[in-house]
Amino acid sequence: MAVKDIKTYSSATEAKQDSQVINDFSILVATPNGSGSQTSNLVLLRALFKMGIPSNGKNLFPSNIQGMPTWYTIRCSQDGYVARREQVEIAVLMNPETATSDLAKVEAGGVCFYPESAGYELTRDDLTYYPMPVKQLSKQADVSTSMRTYIANMVYIGVLSQILGIDLTEIEAALQWHFSNRDKLVHNNISVIRSAAEWAAQHLTKTDPYQIKRSSATEGLIMIDGNSAAALGAIYGGMTVMSWYPITPSTSLADNLSHYAKMLRTDNEGKATYAIVQAEDELAAIGMVIGAGWAGARAMTATSGPGISLMSEFAGFGYYAEIPAVIWNIQRMGPSTGLPTRVSQGDVTACYWSGHGDTKHICLLPGNAAECFEFGWRAFDIADRYQTPVFVLSDLDLGMNSWMTEPFNYPEQSMDRGKVLTAEQVASNGFQRYLDVDGDGIPYRTIPGTEQAGAAYFTRGSGHNAAANYSEDSQDYLDNMARLQKKFETAREQLPLPVTVLEPNSNIGLIGFGSTDPPITEARDLLAAAGVTSSYLRLRALPASATIRDFVEAHDRVYVIEMNVDGQLHKLIQLQLPTLAVGLCSLAHCDGQPLTANWIVTAVLAKEGDKYGTHTR
Amino acid sequence: MAHTRGKTNAIGLHKNDYRGDDTTLCAGCGHISIGSQIITIAYELGLQPEKIVKISGIGCSSKSPAYFLNRSFAFNALHGRMPSVASGAMLANRDLITLGISGDGDTGSIGLGQFKHTIRRNTPMVYIVENNGVYGLTKGQFSVTADDGQMSKYYGKNELPSMDLCLEAIVSDGGFVARSFAGDPKQLRPLLKAAISYNGTALLDIISPCVAFNNSAASTKGYEWVRDHDAPLHDITYVPLREEITADYEPGETRTVTLHDGSHIILRKLDKTYDPSDRVTAIRALEHAKEEGTLVTGLIYCNPGRASIVETEMLTEVPLAHLPEAELRPREESLHKIMAGM
Repeated sequence: MAVKDIKTYSSATEAKQDSQVINDFSILVATPNGSGSQTSNLVLLRALFKMGIPSNGKNLFPSNIQGMPTWYTIRCSQDGYVARREQVEIAVLMNPETATSDLAKVEAGGVCFYPESAGYELTRDDLTYYPMPVKQLSKQADVSTSMRTYIANMVYIGVLSQILGIDLTEIEAALQWHFSNRDKLVHNNISVIRSAAEWAAQHLTKTDPYQIKRSSATEGLIMIDGNSAAALGAIYGGMTVMSWYPITPSTSLADNLSHYAKMLRTDNEGKATYAIVQAEDELAAIGMVIGAGWAGARAMTATSGPGISLMSEFAGFGYYAEIPAVIWNIQRMGPSTGLPTRVSQGDVTACYWSGHGDTKHICLLPGNAAECFEFGWRAFDIADRYQTPVFVLSDLDLGMNSWMTEPFNYPEQSMDRGKVLTAEQVASNGFQRYLDVDGDGIPYRTIPGTEQAGAAYFTRGSGHNAAANYSEDSQDYLDNMARLQKKFETAREQLPLPVTVLEPNSNIGLIGFGSTDPPITEARDLLAAAGVTSSYLRLRALPASATIRDFVEAHDRVYVIEMNVDGQLHKLIQLQLPTLAVGLCSLAHCDGQPLTANWIVTAVLAKEGDKYGTHTR
Repeated sequence: MAHTRGKTNAIGLHKNDYRGDDTTLCAGCGHISIGSQIITIAYELGLQPEKIVKISGIGCSSKSPAYFLNRSFAFNALHGRMPSVASGAMLANRDLITLGISGDGDTGSIGLGQFKHTIRRNTPMVYIVENNGVYGLTKGQFSVTADDGQMSKYYGKNELPSMDLCLEAIVSDGGFVARSFAGDPKQLRPLLKAAISYNGTALLDIISPCVAFNNSAASTKGYEWVRDHDAPLHDITYVPLREEITADYEPGETRTVTLHDGSHIILRKLDKTYDPSDRVTAIRALEHAKEEGTLVTGLIYCNPGRASIVETEMLTEVPLAHLPEAELRPREESLHKIMAGM
């Protein structure tokens, strides 16, 4: 296969030499955190989206409340690419502390907006600079002194809108949406934005090529973050008990769940058809979930890496004792301090094998906001059907950032509560908790409180026979483990299947999951432009469907792309397909930032150029 | 189980319907006596066995649910985490009668956090600590309730102070804090019954001697010492709802506590000044007993007025686990409306 020399993201840079670059560039806003810039950035993003421009916003924030550097990038792409890019065309430098390094991220020919009194040096001569009278305009604003810092961020919205052509009526509508129509807040903010836009109209002459033009490319779409989508999904899935402990980046899932549950799940008498409990720690959170699932609730928790570690004993217990539970893991970087507010896909094996002893778990892998919603309700069905803990692996990028998506589909099927026996069924047929009646490895269960002699059973971890009696007998243990394995195999082909794009005549395949879908999708187009076509399989559940064998066999080399260092999914697939292991190459990268198409393209081309070298890391 | 003769209770069950498996605990273990009293009170109160959930952690205490109430649902959970599992089960089904069975290690050490937080949330359940001052199942290590100076053949002398679980419960705003003794069924039975009626977490710290590792004459968890030093605060009678209070006490001699479900506890005073509704009195009584070298037993503190988690969470009358799909899945129009707002 000939590999052409390709240049990524060339469209914007090349086009601007001609005249205008329309709806195809990235904006970086650098601020100190705690300054309220999240509001202005979300308003900006929403206005762009509502103008019909495909866009995505990503918040890169520190583990800090006030003062440390924060960056927000908005990518506009008429072609609908929403992955992160390494470079930007436009920078808004509100944070003097990072201004120099931020300037380095701007493409040649790009634009820099800076506060007039910023006091830092504008060192590059290949950029267009626009000053902004931030202090002056925020002083004039009709708000209290304490609100001035926040309102300062509205100044850049105004100046940017004027220079780039963002419609102020859409900005105002976005403010209305953001502030839930609290008129005073909307008024204060839009006034500053309008003054800033007017100032820019009078004082600045546009000399750069970047333009926003109204489009229809987002028609019919909505914009939402994955955690809100997951929360909504859980509510439509009939969540009844949620217990959690605050941890970034999963907290907003719990917060949104509370918000929507109050709205959607309060009965006619004002009573809650759910319980949401903030526990004392993750040990208790998962304990409540396991207890509730055992007693017939649709129980869930949401957490991140450290919480996953603390929950592992109960997750393993749930596997052995066969208790439904849903555990959302909004993945982030590794232990303790440093990068807890950065994205990663580093908990694949931690979740898959969570617990001691021979445990393995069903893991759902949502790849976009719509799947966060769908898996939000479906996870309960799967947990109840297979009577086991189900992990849902989202991540910080998918969970906390705003994504365009088709509106969510209402669940197309009734709730599946699995194999639950009524008192009458127990009376007429008898009941053995761990007996494989149907030959699929899935036993029947009764719900505590079922009033029938013989309905009750004793739940334990490792040692029980088919009748749930205490047993330390080796054969009982072996029989039970064999049945659990059978149950796991039953689940394998019933879980959400991979989404596959087979490219005829392509020698290489890409496998990915979760939030790397946008960069992989974009990378495939870039690779194709360079003459390297690729097939694509996006995995949506573990255990992986046996059909992944066909995909791997159909290609000379398959690259498993993921945001961790050890290539965790790559190793799991190698274990599943040991005879094909040498054709599986790991492209694993994790630096705290969402993966870029550029990284993938470079990595694939490097490996393709080195075909006869080592493909496996 | 078919029974053709013998006495039955209010719901037509025999005492045998409340029994458990044959015990595998040591002969003479206090936990066996506690199990017997649980069987007796469940029978006497006419509780539907399948409405009871027995939830335990890890340890000898936590094995004991296998030896009573075989017709009840049971959950032998993880070490120190009985309270969270019990809380989850209760949230799922508020109609269940939750018996949490734990020990001094399971509650006072690994489970101290869950113990205190469950009490703080006032999750309706009977929280039984079978307190023997040692880790029996791992062969006699000191627990957090071991006496300061307690001796062990293998581990030598315990140099650390003993934790009082009743004190811990009171300072965590526990609304029902009682201490009793496995060898005193007369006191234990009414306390167990009252604990079931209490709307919240009812702690029963039951001294339950370990005959294998901690039953010396000097041990405050041994049979001999407790019999000699038991200082009951009152004689306790439990009067279920709808039963008349028979007035065979002198006026002023008794104190009556009315519980959430309309039942009563009648405390016949032995110590004329003791007021179990006063937290400071309760704490003072525990501290005083410690100084004096006695064991205060009885209902040490009771505050029936605290809201339970059922009220603070505003749960529906119908248990969450019983709500039909129509109540759990909002209608399709509601989703469209939310989508339109995005």
